[in-house]
Amino acid sequence: MRRLVAILVVLAPALAHAGPMTFMVSHGAAANPITKLGWGLLGLSIFVGAFIALAVLIGIWWKRGAGEYDARGWPVLSHGRNGLPWLWIGVPVSIVLLLLSAIWTFYVLGVATAAPGHPKITVEVIGHQWWWEVRYSEFGYPRRSFETANEIHIPVGVPVELHLTSADVIHSFWVPQLAGKTDTIPGQINHAWIEADKPGIYRGQCAEFCGLQHAHMALYVVAQPVRRFKAWWTHQLQPAADQVTGLAGEGETVFRTRCAICHTARGMPGSQGKLGPDLTHLMSRRTIAAGTLPNTPGNLAAWVSDAPAQKPGVDMPAEDLTGPQLQALLAYLKTLK
Amino acid sequence: MAANPTFQTPEIVVADEELHRKLEHMWSDPPGIHGWLGTTDHKKIGKRYLFTAFVFLIVGGLEALGMRLQLAQPNEHLLSPGLYNQFFSMHGFTMIFLYALPILSGFSNYLWPLILGTRDMAFPRLNAFTYWVFLLAGIFLYIGFWNGKGTDVGWFNYVPLAERAYNPDWNVDVYSLGMIFLGISTTAGAVNFIATMFRTRAPGMSISRVPIMIWGTLVSNIGILFAVPAVSLDFLMLWLDRRFGTQFFNPSAGGRPLLWQHLFWIFGHPWVYAIVLPAMSIVSQGLPVYCRRPLVAHSAVVLATILTMVLGFGVWVHHMFATGLPVIALGFFAAASFVIVIPSAVSVFAWVATIWTGRPVFTTAFKFFAAEIVLFVIGGVSGFMTAAVPLDWQLTDTYFVVAHLHYVLIGINVFPVIGGIYHWFPKMTGRMMNERLGWWNFWLMFIGFNLGFFPMHISGLEGMPRRIYTYPANLGWGDLNLVTTIGSFVFALGVLLFVINVVRSRIKGAPAPANPWDASTLEWATTSPPPSHNFTVIPQVASLDPLWEERLEGSRQSLLEEGPVLDHEHEIPGTTVLDAEPDVILKMPHATLAPISLALLIAGTFVGLLMSMWWVAAGCLLAMIPALLWWFWPSPELGFAERVRP
Repeated sequence: MRRLVAILVVLAPALAHAGPMTFMVSHGAAANPITKLGWGLLGLSIFVGAFIALAVLIGIWWKRGAGEYDARGWPVLSHGRNGLPWLWIGVPVSIVLLLLSAIWTFYVLGVATAAPGHPKITVEVIGHQWWWEVRYSEFGYPRRSFETANEIHIPVGVPVELHLTSADVIHSFWVPQLAGKTDTIPGQINHAWIEADKPGIYRGQCAEFCGLQHAHMALYVVAQPVRRFKAWWTHQLQPAADQVTGLAGEGETVFRTRCAICHTARGMPGSQGKLGPDLTHLMSRRTIAAGTLPNTPGNLAAWVSDAPAQKPGVDMPAEDLTGPQLQALLAYLKTLK
Repeated sequence: MAANPTFQTPEIVVADEELHRKLEHMWSDPPGIHGWLGTTDHKKIGKRYLFTAFVFLIVGGLEALGMRLQLAQPNEHLLSPGLYNQFFSMHGFTMIFLYALPILSGFSNYLWPLILGTRDMAFPRLNAFTYWVFLLAGIFLYIGFWNGKGTDVGWFNYVPLAERAYNPDWNVDVYSLGMIFLGISTTAGAVNFIATMFRTRAPGMSISRVPIMIWGTLVSNIGILFAVPAVSLDFLMLWLDRRFGTQFFNPSAGGRPLLWQHLFWIFGHPWVYAIVLPAMSIVSQGLPVYCRRPLVAHSAVVLATILTMVLGFGVWVHHMFATGLPVIALGFFAAASFVIVIPSAVSVFAWVATIWTGRPVFTTAFKFFAAEIVLFVIGGVSGFMTAAVPLDWQLTDTYFVVAHLHYVLIGINVFPVIGGIYHWFPKMTGRMMNERLGWWNFWLMFIGFNLGFFPMHISGLEGMPRRIYTYPANLGWGDLNLVTTIGSFVFALGVLLFVINVVRSRIKGAPAPANPWDASTLEWATTSPPPSHNFTVIPQVASLDPLWEERLEGSRQSLLEEGPVLDHEHEIPGTTVLDAEPDVILKMPHATLAPISLALLIAGTFVGLLMSMWWVAAGCLLAMIPALLWWFWPSPELGFAERVRP
């Protein structure tokens, strides 16, 4: 009884406000059957746990005091009553419950493993320490492919196929309200799919320990109506602005000498670095450093000048930029819309 | 067997004071350092195991409290990410490898020969050796931490993160070599337990009269024998990768990261059963004593224990459901993981039935055992949820799994262990533990544990991944983590009270009679604490509960006061495997420094390998030859087995 109360006291408010990472609520065909299974098995589990807890408690107080006692005041030793009915009933009932759970599980396994039909959109996601590289491509149209990072846009109501791998260590791709986890493992490509049934921004996070900054490896899936998704796609295909002048022009020079070795701004000559995220449309993303900081000018400045202070262990070094250089670089970054 | 066996028929006598004194003198260790370091007395070795493992529990617990402080609030900066990662990695391997199994080995070492009605383990020197190797391997595994960097890749140490390319420090080398080192102790210990069970039971203790306590450890150690080679191989391959540039796990050279996981979990899941089955059998042994009746369905529980271990070898992929394996394989391992619930259900219903049909006495030990049933079921049903593959894709690597594994390991290991100490402390020390302190001890641990770990289920359902050193404020995890941190400190307070109770009772506890709990098995037939030779005459067993025969069967069939006198040097009876009929008289060794010498040489070898000082490693290896010669040198008092005339 005390346990039941405890469960209710803690459980109710916690699930009532349903945070952005809970998977007891879901918003897509890849996750919904799992959520139902989750509630079902959770209910069964709570029932079994409460039943046994009550059985132990009642058993302890049942008939206490009845019967004979020995010289030291302990109940007299005996063979006891026949306890086997507990096993004869309990074990078969357990087997039936397990069997039903297994059938439901295999049904959901079948439904959740593969997307219905042939997904038209395939997104390649590559885990890095500690960010997500995202590649969009359209089969047969090599020019219609582009890269971005830490933010995946998908059209609402359309299943999206994911090809998952890693550039370094094992990570795990997880957007709880859209699908379960799939590990990204170097040397192999894992397949998964997601689908969102309503527009929204869904948070995800790396779920396999991947080193120092495993805690700061988030991503967002932005589900948009098909038309807006197409507009986004078209915009992402554009290269970075090539005619920048003034302060931003000076910033472009700074970028080329200091940033381009690791980062790409598509269209800028000499900027094809692959070590860090593609920055062609940096300003269209909501966060920087894989969800570590909101993408604001202040955070961007802090990040560019001393990334390790924001995210210890990150590969990006602290840059000893002068004040004017930093201002120019920020001005340039602002053009990467 | 000797080619020309000598026959001897031991005299049957009634135990008397003179014989007792003679044996006591004969079996006592020599005084001084030689006796202290060289003892082969299973009782001393058992207590050392218990003490050492408990120290590791406290070390691992302090690491956990550090983590809980760091996670108490979002965006805390108490621990650096690097230190946090070391804390959770060291916490994991400390608890799983240096506490959970060794503490059970401590119980078994101490209790087995007493329960089996004999005077020592089958291989007393090997027994001493396993303890020293365990101790040295435990210290070895902490070398890295004292040198500034402990292992930080988690206790399951996934590659490629654990490879040199991503972890160039020597911390993972320490972990790899330390695990191989520790595996020597575990394997040797397993061999010893298995031989002890099958060859040294008291005459008459046929296979159907073996107490349940023995079965759990036996089955666990048979499992260990098959499981440990996989992990030793895994760590050896990793060490070769790191030190000599082999490419077992490197995908760009044709290696496979998943190979690590398969080998690790082929070991890892059976290991989980290895560290809970003996603890479950502590409950099966202790609970009926306080329910004043024999265990319900003894045979079914024994068979369930065996079945659990067998099935335990077929479920390892449920740790790898999200790695992209074929669906058909996932289905098989999910089914196996559901099936393994059945034998666990047998044990649970047998315990509940024992309480219902018995008349419980509310000792502290009983409270711990009864609590174990409830915690086991909670840990069991959450494990059952993770067996459902698609649901596991959500649950795995979240705090739900952290909650699950702590309900399993604390619920089914720590609670029975503490209960077991309350139960057997009088036997081990000759003094009773304080029941009033025990009441506080139990309730603080029970409430603290549930307050600390139950909310972790919800953190997990709220999507909090494990092994993150911090988390943002806007995800709704803050309050739950604060509750968890508070609970963990209440739990720690309970453990502290336990330590206080042990120390206090050791010094001034009430003197314990031979059988303070009116229990049924042979360890309670001898004095508390037992003499160095355990039993003055070897008992002859006629039932599962020898000390209850008069009251349950009407008359005592087992002979406890009268039996064969074995008083020519260290002698124990060797009996047949199934029926425990007297077969041979086994000559047991005296205290010797050979085991600790060999253990130190092995430690030297591993230090040499770690530091790449090959000549040290080679020197220590060569020095093992004389050490082994010393160990195996024939001595007159070891004379070898004598046949018993039928």
